[in-house]
Amino acid sequence: MKKISWRLVIVIGVILAAFVYVLPTFKPALWPHKKINLGLDLQGGMHLVLEVDTEKAVEGTVERIAQELKDQVRKERIRHTSIDRIEGTKISVVIHDPDNVTEFDKLLDRDFKDLRILSRSNDGESLVITMDLPDSRTEQIKKMATDQALETIRNRIDQFGVSEPDIRRQGEKRLLIQLPGIKDTRRAKELIGRTAQLEFKLVDETHDLDAALKGDIPPGSQILYQVKVDTLTHRTSKTPFLIKKRSLLSGAYLTDAKVQIDSQYNEPYVGIDFNRKGARIFERITAANVKKRLAIVLDNKVYSAPVIQEKISGGSARITGNFSTEEARDLAIVLRAGALPAPVNIIEERTVGPSLGSDSINKGLISMCIGGILVVLFMVIYYKMSGIIADFALVLNILLIAGGLAGFQATLTLPGIAGIILTIGMAVDANVLIFERIREEMSLGKTPRAAVDAGYARATLTILDANVTTLIAALVLFQFGTGPVKGFAVTLSLGVIASLFTALVLTRAIFDYLLINRKAKTLSI
Amino acid sequence: MQFIKPDVNIDFIGKRKIAFIVSSVMILISIASLIIHGGPRYGIDFAGGTLIQVKFLNPTAVNDIKTGLATIGLKKSSVQTFGAADNHEYLIRTDKSLMTDQEFSQEVFNALRSSTGNDLEIRRIEMVGPQVGRDLREKALFAMFFSLLFITIYISGRFELKWILSGVMAGALMGAVYALSLFHVSIPFLIGAALIVTLVLFWFLKLKYAMGAIVALIHDVSITVGIFSICGKEFTLPIIAALLTIIGYSLNDTIIVFDRIRENLRKKQKNPLHAIINRSINETLSRTILTSLTTIVVVVSLFVLGGGIIHDFAFAMIVGIVVGTYSSIYVASPILIAWQVRKKQ
Repeated sequence: MKKISWRLVIVIGVILAAFVYVLPTFKPALWPHKKINLGLDLQGGMHLVLEVDTEKAVEGTVERIAQELKDQVRKERIRHTSIDRIEGTKISVVIHDPDNVTEFDKLLDRDFKDLRILSRSNDGESLVITMDLPDSRTEQIKKMATDQALETIRNRIDQFGVSEPDIRRQGEKRLLIQLPGIKDTRRAKELIGRTAQLEFKLVDETHDLDAALKGDIPPGSQILYQVKVDTLTHRTSKTPFLIKKRSLLSGAYLTDAKVQIDSQYNEPYVGIDFNRKGARIFERITAANVKKRLAIVLDNKVYSAPVIQEKISGGSARITGNFSTEEARDLAIVLRAGALPAPVNIIEERTVGPSLGSDSINKGLISMCIGGILVVLFMVIYYKMSGIIADFALVLNILLIAGGLAGFQATLTLPGIAGIILTIGMAVDANVLIFERIREEMSLGKTPRAAVDAGYARATLTILDANVTTLIAALVLFQFGTGPVKGFAVTLSLGVIASLFTALVLTRAIFDYLLINRKAKTLSI
Repeated sequence: MQFIKPDVNIDFIGKRKIAFIVSSVMILISIASLIIHGGPRYGIDFAGGTLIQVKFLNPTAVNDIKTGLATIGLKKSSVQTFGAADNHEYLIRTDKSLMTDQEFSQEVFNALRSSTGNDLEIRRIEMVGPQVGRDLREKALFAMFFSLLFITIYISGRFELKWILSGVMAGALMGAVYALSLFHVSIPFLIGAALIVTLVLFWFLKLKYAMGAIVALIHDVSITVGIFSICGKEFTLPIIAALLTIIGYSLNDTIIVFDRIRENLRKKQKNPLHAIINRSINETLSRTILTSLTTIVVVVSLFVLGGGIIHDFAFAMIVGIVVGTYSSIYVASPILIAWQVRKKQ
């Protein structure tokens, strides 16, 4: 007697728990407020994998150090030196005047201790030194670049307004981004993928632009373009500018960026505010370059290049450029969230439209119902009364899987639905094993009760063994899979566990109840 | 109701030579097909590339779609109908990946609309870069290999109480495979070699149950892969999921037969081994057939009604279940006899 009661208590407890967890999916107001999450393939949305070009982050750091070195050399009045960044991440220094070598070495030892010297060759006339960053520092920069990119992109998406985005790091330099239900994928990608490196640079007005376009680019300058799209004709026009390479001020000093409307032309522009340090730099450069043109460069594209009329203090500026309101809004978001430390490339993209998603749900559910009904009918015909018990277990099985999905906050995907369908087929397996065993025992002449006891006793280990292996495959799959496939592994694992429970505990409790409490003398099997 | 009477006694073991020939021929055909087709036909998940699923409002000619694609530089795309013909849905696939261009889907939309004169909806776009494809391919192979290995540890442990022996062996194999993979050894060859080493070790360590199980699994997976190759179907991530499920499922069958063999070995020690094995297969036959039947029923319903995206997955499962049921009767158990033959010689 006692034995039955603990089984019944567990069974009822588990069923109730499953019910409680499943209900919020249909009535979200109910506790525990955990709905079954639908995967991107079912509700539509975008899955992106980005690769952060961390090499570029290292190059950027080296470039900055080279700049600093140049500044210091100028300050210390060490003459006849040239400093360049070569092969991406190396700094080459050539010192022509031997007198300056000791001075330079002193500077190097004092302020640039963390540079690693790769080679040093002296031919009497001039000294050539190549340096780079130690590996540990390079690794650190790369790691930080990925972390920072993740943070920045998360910020941008938060401000863009996507419900329940999933953004995480994948491996060393990849980011996985899932945006459920997103419709304007083009805009989202533009927002995510943009480096948003804002720079203020002077226009090189001492050299000839036409000569530069023909290939005679003066050192220290570069050609950048202003790209304009005519809103009416959709024609793009590119205007070249000769811009000095040296960046005077960057977006790192921004505190805010917001969309504003120009009262004169009724066009949106992005107003930016610098922090105190940025404002001071801005004031200094505008004061030093009155009547010169200052280009506002974003990701190596010139947005505008106004002539500085007078010193600008107060630390605010505006970026104009024929924006639509949407474009201006997105630009403000990326500027506020900050620049990516390195460019990112989209290396995997999966976009599912919402209509396809709902199609998939419908088809999945239909095939689940039809398959389920066929199996249920089969069990009743083949095992009669006992078949009904097994069918009851089957229905509970699905309830338990649904409860598990909601409880663990797992994601249901299309392959996940396939996993449930597969479980329907396989869940009856445990019952078939037990029933076949009971039939065998009964044909040996045992009483129904003894046959049921023996059947369960013999079949239990077999069932465990058989299901553990499926579970192993499912767990490996979970480890390996992404997105939809992971969903399959989840429902398959839940299905295996649920069917173990229903077969070994639930149906046993029912049989015991019938045979012991109701004292049934025969068994319909 | 009963399909298979309790006193059924089919001589499965007696026909093991025929089964052996049938299995060998099927595996050879599978390998031949793979060689002829130059390896498995990878979907974009593994090969990299771009896949676009479009749905037109009205009937549309494939040629018009191709003309439209040619105007935007996607001349080499393959276009095939997807799902039922009256859906006017098409799958466009191109090897070009890394189309990070934000305007891409708009471009496709415009080109297709002007070339076909039909309104359409882009329902799905998948782009996988070549590096990601290569990574996924390796991960998939590792997943198959590791699940096989874990399963064999479990079987050796449960059936022969050789937990430590099989555990150490599997651990060493995993370590070796991992170490070699760091040296950029070609992963498919590495895993192929590891599987052969595994089989040889099983043979000499006399882990016969594990050996039977793993041979059956390799048998099932290679025939399923072969049939996929013959039908010209693509390997995608869900297909790998199907293959792993087949591994789990086929083993389910195998273990149930093994369990019965072990039980009968204890009861009837005097009978010759092949008689006991044959008896055990017959005793579990009813269950084997019934479970396969119910599973086949649901998978066929998925195949017919589940829609295009899940179609190939369901197909792989159908093949796997049929082959898996066959192998647990005709492949896994007869292997147990192999040791007896070896002892006699």
